[in-house]
Amino acid sequence: MSVPRFWRRLKNIYNLIGTHCKKCGSFLYPPRNMCPKCRRNSMTVPFKFKGTGEVLTYTIIHTGAKDYTKLTPYILAIIKLDEGPQLTSQVICDHSQICIGMKVKAAFRKLGEESEKGMIYYGTKFVPMEV
Amino acid sequence: MSVGIVSYGAYIPRYRIRVEEIAKVWGANPNSIIDGLMVYEKSVPDLDEDTITIAVEAARHAINRAGIDPQEIGALYTGSESHPYAVKPSSTVVAEAIGATPSLTVADYEFACKAGTAAIQTCMGMVDAGMIKLGMAIGADVAQGAPGDALEYTAAAGGVAYAIGKNDLVANIESTYSFTTDTPDFWRREGMPYPEHGGRFTGEPGYFKHVTSAAQGLLEKMGTKPSDYDYAIFHQPNGKFPTRAAKMLGFNSDQIKPGLVVTRLGNTYSGSCMMGLAATLDIAKAGDRIFMTSFGSGAGSDSFSFTVTDRIEEIRNGAPSVETLMANPIYIDYATYARHKNKIKL
Repeated sequence: MSVPRFWRRLKNIYNLIGTHCKKCGSFLYPPRNMCPKCRRNSMTVPFKFKGTGEVLTYTIIHTGAKDYTKLTPYILAIIKLDEGPQLTSQVICDHSQICIGMKVKAAFRKLGEESEKGMIYYGTKFVPMEV
Repeated sequence: MSVGIVSYGAYIPRYRIRVEEIAKVWGANPNSIIDGLMVYEKSVPDLDEDTITIAVEAARHAINRAGIDPQEIGALYTGSESHPYAVKPSSTVVAEAIGATPSLTVADYEFACKAGTAAIQTCMGMVDAGMIKLGMAIGADVAQGAPGDALEYTAAAGGVAYAIGKNDLVANIESTYSFTTDTPDFWRREGMPYPEHGGRFTGEPGYFKHVTSAAQGLLEKMGTKPSDYDYAIFHQPNGKFPTRAAKMLGFNSDQIKPGLVVTRLGNTYSGSCMMGLAATLDIAKAGDRIFMTSFGSGAGSDSFSFTVTDRIEEIRNGAPSVETLMANPIYIDYATYARHKNKIKL
């Protein structure tokens, strides 16, 4: 990810700030300028999600991309937030613990880094609710 | 002084390594190390945790504990000797991640293990001067200890955040006193991965001189004596130093017991005595008086005197206690620890 691309989305990544359409009640993450249902009639406002949800599905990555080699094996999951939207994120827990339907909450972690001299990317991952 | 702690929050990574495991690798006698240091295990950061992530989690706990509006925070200082960037303040990331930006001033502090208490003093001054309503002072570290060095048995990971203000206090800060000299007991040069230290020189002319001088200075300034306090916390590079410093000053073992977290946690450096204070606040009652003295190599100490208010009962359960954060650790071997601490270069 390039520095400007991360920087522009930083607030959304740190604090799970997405969009709420006041017209139809939809919650959207990542944020959208326009509600895909209401289109030109959208009434979108920024919305901060609670950060709690459940695991819809997951996989364990054993062969990661170049920047993620150090983290392998790691869990990549689709999380359904309590407000409705779904997003892809790492889940930090023992691999024997992960299961579909597991309740999770947001945690602030390093997402990656460019190199030893490059930028460090921070943001949201998920951990089991009871941690 | 009508300034004090409005809220507090701690964060401790879940991983631990036992002293026996480290001693096994270096052919050392674990029992003599445990007896000498009074430390049994230490916390280790996860692969994706560093000083910034720890500081954010601690600050979020402090905000949640008392239901603070982060937009009311006018200053935020993060004290650490393991800031991930040499240039790019950790505090900018922390402020953004807790929703305190953009109308506030931030900076990073570095004073070995007492950068966090220096941040508390700065926030106290700014609040008392009316410059800000709330200040956030954080001490967080993923401490470095060279492989095989004595520091490796204690250098741990953790952080604590204190919201400092004038209203809704859980503890009044009655007074503070600092003692600082140029003492080269411990240092890390720019670009070097691990600190160097003066071995036994870190004890008498370093830790004990500064801790006892700052503590005695505050007791004299306030006209109080050790028996006036219910609890006391002294910087915890190991279990032995704070126990001995307390005895030298006239505090007893019951007073330091609740805050002596180093035996199961290790030395969290900038988080060290601030973690002990958090553990003490977790069990303190209204009216209790707490004495705290930090120590940072280089060297200096900050002493504080607190009186707990009845608001502590209202907010105590709003965030995890230090004891909760220390529970259910995941023990790892030295190879996994080396990977977590980036001692293995890929």
